[in-house]
Amino acid sequence: MSGLYTMIPNPPQPFPDWTGFALSAVLWIAVTFAAYLIAQRLYRRFGGNPVLVPVATTALMVMLVLWLSGTPYVNYAAATKPLNWWVGPSTVAIAIPLFTQLDRLKRIWKPLVIALLVGSIVAILSAIGIAWALGGSWQTLASLMPKSATMPIAIPMAERFGGLPALAAVAVVITGVVGTVISHPLLSLLKVTDPAARGFAIGLTAHAIGMARELQVNPVSGSFAALAMGLNGILTALLIPILMLALQ
Amino acid sequence: MPLLFIALSLAVLVIFQIAGDFLVRALGLPVPGSLVGLVGLTLALLVLGRVPAALGKVSGGLLRNMMLMLAPAVVGLIDNFGRVRDEWLPFLLAGVAGAVITLAVTAVILQHLLRKSGAVSTDTAVEGKA
Repeated sequence: MSGLYTMIPNPPQPFPDWTGFALSAVLWIAVTFAAYLIAQRLYRRFGGNPVLVPVATTALMVMLVLWLSGTPYVNYAAATKPLNWWVGPSTVAIAIPLFTQLDRLKRIWKPLVIALLVGSIVAILSAIGIAWALGGSWQTLASLMPKSATMPIAIPMAERFGGLPALAAVAVVITGVVGTVISHPLLSLLKVTDPAARGFAIGLTAHAIGMARELQVNPVSGSFAALAMGLNGILTALLIPILMLALQ
Repeated sequence: MPLLFIALSLAVLVIFQIAGDFLVRALGLPVPGSLVGLVGLTLALLVLGRVPAALGKVSGGLLRNMMLMLAPAVVGLIDNFGRVRDEWLPFLLAGVAGAVITLAVTAVILQHLLRKSGAVSTDTAVEGKA
């Protein structure tokens, strides 16, 4: 605890630890919920302007509350674990939109496999290429490598090859938010109108954050985003060790 | 929709998640458990041949609000501003330009290949809609 709390000489501790924890869990989940509701309303009010993608505005509001109240992130993370845990079962739920697209997948699996291979390689090489050209250290390069993969895959991959887990998490989040924000204007500029191609590219680039937005926008692009996120996660985990062998 | 069906649908998702976690740990797979659970549930739906109505509704609700569940992880940025500061330019440019390049290359290649194979769906095009 920091901030105001540390100014009290002997802070009162009226609750046994578990009650205190339960209270803080309820409090911080409620704060996150409230921020999310405001973020959703803002997003709709401004006609779905991508700069206001709700995950970013929600996080910013929560950061502000944490900063103002002097609450360390570790406390917030522990308290919101029950909320974060549902990312798992929600990822499993992607099976439903995927199942409804299976007939289509069978017809176009070849283009999808080619786009996946090219996209996955471009994602890894573009990140380390640019960072290397600008004089980034190996730690930065390794942390950036898996940035288009979903977080539970990207963090251990970065760590295994000399990156920092925290830096890798930042790289994943930046890629997810930036990819989501620029995706619709960029793809319209490039005249990519097919929802399958749009969704697949967004899921491959911007993993769960891009997918979450696509699922709100269009069921077809949403399920292709989900498919691309899953496949790119697996392929990134396979490609990085191969690339490392090739570099040695 | 009866509460029981909602609870059952949530239970199905949780069971596949836990089974996925278990398999990943038991076999030492390099992927998250939820991904294995996703594949498992897809196979189960294939066997069943249809999506139960309650499961469809509950899943849709969860998926539309996934950003809420992802938010706590994004808030973690607050602890890492300092680390990014040292090499912020290569870090930020690689992150942003990397995303732009990956997005553009993947989308253009896939749309080109889909057009060539005549599989483009024009009926549900979503140009520029956010």
